[in-house]
Amino acid sequence: MKHAGEYRNPEITHTILEKIRQASKKEVRLMEVCGSHTMSIFRNGIRQLLPDTITLLSGPGCPVCVTSQWEIDSFIALSQIENVIIATFGDLMRVPGTGTSLQKQKADGRDIRVVYSTFDAINIARKNPDKKVVFLGIGFETTAPTVAASILTAQKMGLDNYFVYSAHKLVPPMLFALMGDDKVCIDGFMLPGHVSVIIGVEAYRPFFNQFCIPSVVVGFEPADILYGVFLMIDQLEKNRPQLENAYRRAVTSQGNLKARNLLDKVFYVWDASWRGLGKISGSGLKIRNEFSAFDAQKVFSLNVSGSKEPEGCACGDVLRGYIAPPECVLYKKVCSPVSPVGPCMVSGEGTCAAYYRYHG
Amino acid sequence: MKEKSILLDHGSGGKLSHQLIAGTMLPAFDNSILSPLDDGAIFEMVGNRMAFSTDTYVVDPIFFPGGCIGDLAINGTVNDIAMCGATPFYLSVGLIIEEGFSIGELELILNEMKKAAQAARVQVVTGDTKVVPRGVADKIFINTSGIGVIIDGLTVSGSAAQPGDKVIVSGTIADHGMTILSQREGISFESNLLSDTAPLTHMVEQMASISKNIHVLRDPTRGGLATALNEIALSSHVGILMFEENIPIRPEVGGMCELLGFDPLYVANEGKLVAVVPSKDADSVLNAMVENPYGRDAKMIGEVVTGPPGQVFMQTRIGGTRIVDMLAGEQLPRIC
Repeated sequence: MKHAGEYRNPEITHTILEKIRQASKKEVRLMEVCGSHTMSIFRNGIRQLLPDTITLLSGPGCPVCVTSQWEIDSFIALSQIENVIIATFGDLMRVPGTGTSLQKQKADGRDIRVVYSTFDAINIARKNPDKKVVFLGIGFETTAPTVAASILTAQKMGLDNYFVYSAHKLVPPMLFALMGDDKVCIDGFMLPGHVSVIIGVEAYRPFFNQFCIPSVVVGFEPADILYGVFLMIDQLEKNRPQLENAYRRAVTSQGNLKARNLLDKVFYVWDASWRGLGKISGSGLKIRNEFSAFDAQKVFSLNVSGSKEPEGCACGDVLRGYIAPPECVLYKKVCSPVSPVGPCMVSGEGTCAAYYRYHG
Repeated sequence: MKEKSILLDHGSGGKLSHQLIAGTMLPAFDNSILSPLDDGAIFEMVGNRMAFSTDTYVVDPIFFPGGCIGDLAINGTVNDIAMCGATPFYLSVGLIIEEGFSIGELELILNEMKKAAQAARVQVVTGDTKVVPRGVADKIFINTSGIGVIIDGLTVSGSAAQPGDKVIVSGTIADHGMTILSQREGISFESNLLSDTAPLTHMVEQMASISKNIHVLRDPTRGGLATALNEIALSSHVGILMFEENIPIRPEVGGMCELLGFDPLYVANEGKLVAVVPSKDADSVLNAMVENPYGRDAKMIGEVVTGPPGQVFMQTRIGGTRIVDMLAGEQLPRIC
């Protein structure tokens, strides 16, 4: 915290803002693809401080928001199986599935517990040997290694009642998909700091080489974000796009090799479906066959069909930056954090929720 | 969308709680004393202006660093009465105990209640005990009600904030909520955090002795500081502007909030108050608060503005502005 204070220092942020104002001439659209960036931008009121030439877009960076409707329905179906305890991050509780949510299932008596780490889920499994504990694994490269570690821990402990439903997603393939969409109009990417701690800057090299668009790895404090914006503006004004690391205190070029090895050991890459973006080649992680005893998708026979995204919900368009949340017809009228229609209004990191909460 | 069953969110103190009260409770009981929905009821009785309040405590775990369900139950109702601008005198205590609960633990809880009542100078003058079969309640739930007399010359109400007033908070925010969180199964967080549960009645008396012009008093419990300020802004039809850099927060609490994704503005407090005071009296009231042991970290955190009515804003540390809305969902059930 003490260390973080330096990156919240108003003198430093004002200096960077001044540089941005001086440099920025062209109208540009920059997208962040990390929920923590979205939150930090809103919580610090960064949008109003930037010159009108710069538009910040919030992309598919909130783990809950990109989880497909079918996956949400599968989580709910799991919670309805007898003797199953669901262990989940809190954000998933309120996400509406087709007809119900985990929160409503809990009110109806299902055993659904909010945890803050996989090891808490392991503990629940240890203390409830007669129950089957399923951890709902959502999130990107940041959280996936801890989930992989939990499977290895469960194996070591000989736990036969701990399972993981892996709905993990990968960031670089999503960037390819976004840029491959003709309707998407983005001039630069603020790359996610936490994800990059794991995968390293070089993980984005193939993407950068193909699309040659300013791509900067950015931290989460106000000064980090403003510095990242400045680098992108500088690149755009000088017409010299680069892949840069503006979060050197945490991110290396190769990332965290130990965590990456963990991912390789437990998961394999498959073509996952994303809300709003559809199926993206090589963008998800599934549990390898040798760990199938821990794979909820293999252990429990789930028969989920008829999943459909809520009518009128424009979460998909919001995630691709086509529209800002207030342009959705449901925004604030029928969709609010109290009665959300789509996931972007539910999660603390969701773009619609952030707009609603901090933007009015 | 109207819910068919009660969700945990309905007990959050945030938006769904308000919807439940407005849609279900008020139609059943509506009267002019209840309808302001302040922390307690204020009414005339045999020539005295009285304050009356009730609260039920279901905190989990029942023992936590800095307190237990017992002193929390006394302090909570004492504070609700103090927030009416009143001195609390008499309390009732209702216990719902689960079959099999340890008598030793019950004695510990009652002893903490005794000490808290002495500290707040209130007497428990009536009570009730029910025992329910194992599994029907979790260990012990406590209801306390209390009655007090409004301090002479003081008229506080959630609807009395006026543009130009200053907003003062009596100390560091989010201590109670994060302490409870750190004790929860499934979170396993080692910390040195302490709940801030404390009686605020003496502080209110000290403040009232300095200024009879205090407009609003509120204890930001469930829903936290942000929700309390939103309630004031809505009831008073004013805007409130907060300054992020002035909001007192312990570094370890702030750090834990960041790590776990909580916004401290929405996390519960059990020994803090928010006062809305006319600008001319604000410094002297703040000084009186700082003199009190529970107000040492008191700070001026914002001001009341004309509008937009019902909205709370915050100027961020780096000079941006953002809206601070009321709590939308449950941050953490059974916090008090």
